[in-house]
Parts: sequence; structure tokens; C-alpha cells
Amino acid sequence: MSQLELAGVDVAYGDLPALTGVDLVVERGETLSVVGANGAGKTTMLRTISGLLRPRRGEVRFEGERIDRLPCHRVVERGVIHVPEGRKVFPSLTVRENLELGSYTRAARARRAESLERVFTLFTRLRERAGQAAGTLSGGEQQMLAIGRALMGLPRLLMLDEPSLGLAPIVVAEIFRTIAEINRAGTTVLLVEQNTRQALVLSRRGYVLENGRVVLVGTGAELLGNEHVRRAYLGM
Amino acid sequence: MYGLVACGLSLIFGVLRIINFAHGAVMMLGMYTTYWLFTLLKVDPYLSIVVTGPAFFVLGMVIQRTVIEPNRVAAEHNQLLLTLGLALFLENLALVLWQGDFRTVRPPYAGASFVLGEALVEVPRLVACGGAIVMALALFAFLRTTDVGKAIRALAEEPEGALLMGIDVGRIRAVAFGIGSGCVAVAGALVTPFFYVAPDVGESFNIMAFVVVVLGGMGNFVGALLGGFIVGLAESLGATLLPGSLKQLVVFALFVLVLLFRPAGLFGGGRGR
Repeated sequence: MSQLELAGVDVAYGDLPALTGVDLVVERGETLSVVGANGAGKTTMLRTISGLLRPRRGEVRFEGERIDRLPCHRVVERGVIHVPEGRKVFPSLTVRENLELGSYTRAARARRAESLERVFTLFTRLRERAGQAAGTLSGGEQQMLAIGRALMGLPRLLMLDEPSLGLAPIVVAEIFRTIAEINRAGTTVLLVEQNTRQALVLSRRGYVLENGRVVLVGTGAELLGNEHVRRAYLGM
Repeated sequence: MYGLVACGLSLIFGVLRIINFAHGAVMMLGMYTTYWLFTLLKVDPYLSIVVTGPAFFVLGMVIQRTVIEPNRVAAEHNQLLLTLGLALFLENLALVLWQGDFRTVRPPYAGASFVLGEALVEVPRLVACGGAIVMALALFAFLRTTDVGKAIRALAEEPEGALLMGIDVGRIRAVAFGIGSGCVAVAGALVTPFFYVAPDVGESFNIMAFVVVVLGGMGNFVGALLGGFIVGLAESLGATLLPGSLKQLVVFALFVLVLLFRPAGLFGGGRGR
């Protein structure tokens, strides 16, 4: 059984279709990336999985059970944790408070101290800035905080929406290294990126989304070698 | 005093993004509860807080769940009308049940006072002021240290982020409304020893509370508290310097000045909303 399955999912904003008949499978323990242009439906897909949006048609199953009718907090309780586009940290709360809220669910709260230590080890800069308001952090640090906050919730599936957005290349490299490390420690990663090359290099498999439809599926290496991907997304 | 009324209002605005016109009406109900507990059961107004606070917390949660939450997706002006309608309903309910008579609660210490330097200090007012400060500090500590308090602050500034943390936002909204209502009911209980009770008594507090909330910056709890002090001070200064009911002139003049020069509120900081 795959960990996450989307079957024939349609999502629309009013009359405007955003996703059409999307089938997607995420296997336990893999890193999977979804690439595509702006407006292709990548963010919509993640928002549908985490329960922020409801599909018009189709099903979302996590570990065999349907989650597409559950309220957001029930999805989070099952260990599907979404780091949203634009990070959405709580600016006037301190770094530590942000992280504590990451472990709001009952199961996560029980292991708060342990998770906090793990996050501080992974992102040493967050430990240094623990007492600082999150709004005063740099973009890269805020992204680290957003990922750290998600780890506090003990994710079984970690979904990242454009973690490289607006960051300097050296910071992006650091973020991608950390994502690889999180995956090696056993967490499944679903990565949505416009930074196509780096995302595909990091991933075991990838999906290409265009106009709300899945147009290509393959291993990271296959997609990197694909003529269409090379021309449309890698500028070759 | 205004600070405590305004704290509740600010909390509700910050989390629910609605202007709660019914806030004053809830205060009025709190005052009547204090009045009846005193008149019928001889419960001291200050002691009655232990009943009114929790009771109105629950009442607030029920109001939010049954009246406000179902209309949360409605247009903003509809939500305004909703809370205004709720205020009218509660006021007229009080009018039907208890008539329009002004009633007073007169515990033995109602007239107690002492002289401090050149000022005459009335004991009930001093107690009300102290009580408001204690309540506000308790509220502040709650928002700072508990998970639910942090969730309330998180929801106020980043609703989607809060959803993705696994916070049951519907429940948090109800809790925030409950706390706001509980605070204002306690404020009502604290003022009854020196203030009349009538169905429309909440209105004057309501208007002042709005002034305070705007002064302090919408949704800013500390600002609401400080704004309360400023408005209270402005009002008593106005009472000393100007004749009769002109005292509120000072408050509103101050209000207009703040709106002109610091539209985000005195303590609104740089975060434009």
C-alpha cells in the first residue's frame, strides 16, 4: 500500500478548474517532487491534501484511509504536515513559541522537549535565536523555522511548498541538504518546486504538472533527461 | 476599567475579525447578573465574579458557536449587522424582563472613601481599577504561557499557519469569544457598586471600548490596556477642566487626533493591516 494516493482529483476555484483528474502516488520513505510552471496547480494540490481545499471529485487516501473530507487539524493529527508557500510563521511570536505550536496536537505535545532538541540540533541558528520574534528573522531563517515547526508535529509525510522561494543560492543549498537529511531519517517528503533541477536531483521520482494535469511521471534522472522537461523547465 | 472591557473586545476582533457590537450588551447582562445575585441571594458583587466570569465564558462560547460561527463566511457588513442585532436583542430582552428602571447595587462599602493627599479616593473605584489590572495581567499570562493562549495569538496573526499546525480553529474562536465575554462580564460586576444598572448601560461602555481599541491598535491586547488608561485619564481630566457632560469631549478629541496622525493606533507599530 502506498502512503499517499490521489485518485482522479478535480479541484476548482468557482468555475475555474485548478486540478483535473490528478492521479498521484507517494511511496513510504521516498522523496517525490512535483514540478511545473507558476499556476500549474502545484500549490492547489498540496492545499487539497492538507484539507485547506475540498476536491470536487476524486479521493485522497493516506495510509489507506480517506482524508479528503477531514478538517485540517484531523489531517495534521495523522502526520501529514504541510509547510506552506510563504512560510506563514507567526511573526510576533518568538521562535520557541512558533516551534511549540508546531507540536500542538496531543501526540506531538507528549514529545515536545525531545522534538525541540532535534530541531535545534538540525538548525543551530534557531537555537541561537530562540527568544527572538519570528518576524525579525531573515528569509532563510524563517524557512528553517517553518520546516522546524513542521518537524515538531512528528510528520509521517512532510509536504514542502517552494522552500527555495526568494532565497540566496547558498541558503537554498543548505535547505535542500537539510531536506535530504530529514528524508534519510525516515520521513517521506513531498516537494513542490519551481527550482526544477535541484528538486529532481534530490528526488527519487518526479511528477510534471501542466494546467492542472499530470503530463509526465518518472524517476528524477529520467525527467532530467526528458526532452520536454529540458526545453520547458531547464532552459536547454 | 475601560481597559478590561476593551481587552475582551480586542481579543475578539483579533481572532474572529469581527467588530462585536454586542460586547456592551454582554457587559449589561453581567451587571444584571451581579445585581440579581446581590438583591436576591445577598451575594457580594466582588464575590459574584467567581460565578459571572465562568458563566459568561460559557455563554460567550455558546453565542459564538450558534450565532457567529454559522455566519463567518458572510460578507463583513452582514457580520456587523449580526452583532448589532444581537446587541439590540439582548438589550430589549433585558427591557422586557427587568423594565427600564435604573437599579443600583449598594453594598455597605459603596460610599466608602479616604483622602489621599489632595484627592478623594472612592474605595469601590479603586477596587474596580485593581481588579481590572489583575484580570488583564492574568489574561496576558494566559496568552503568553499556555498552548491555547499561544494558539489564540497565532490564529490572530496567521490563520492559515494556525490551521496547518493542527489547531482546531473553530474551537479557538469559540474560546476567544468566551474569554472576551467573561472579561466584560467581570468588568460589569466590578463597576456595579458605583454604577447604575439599566438595559442600555452597555452602550456607553461599548463606545468607549471602541475608542480604546482603536487607540491601542486593533487586535493589540497590550495596546488596549494602555489605551484604557489613557481614555480613563482623559475622561477624568475632562471632568475636572470642563463643565458637566463635556468631559467626553476630551476623549473624542484625542481619538480624532490619533486617527489623524497614527491611524494604526498609538501602539499599532509598523504592521499595517
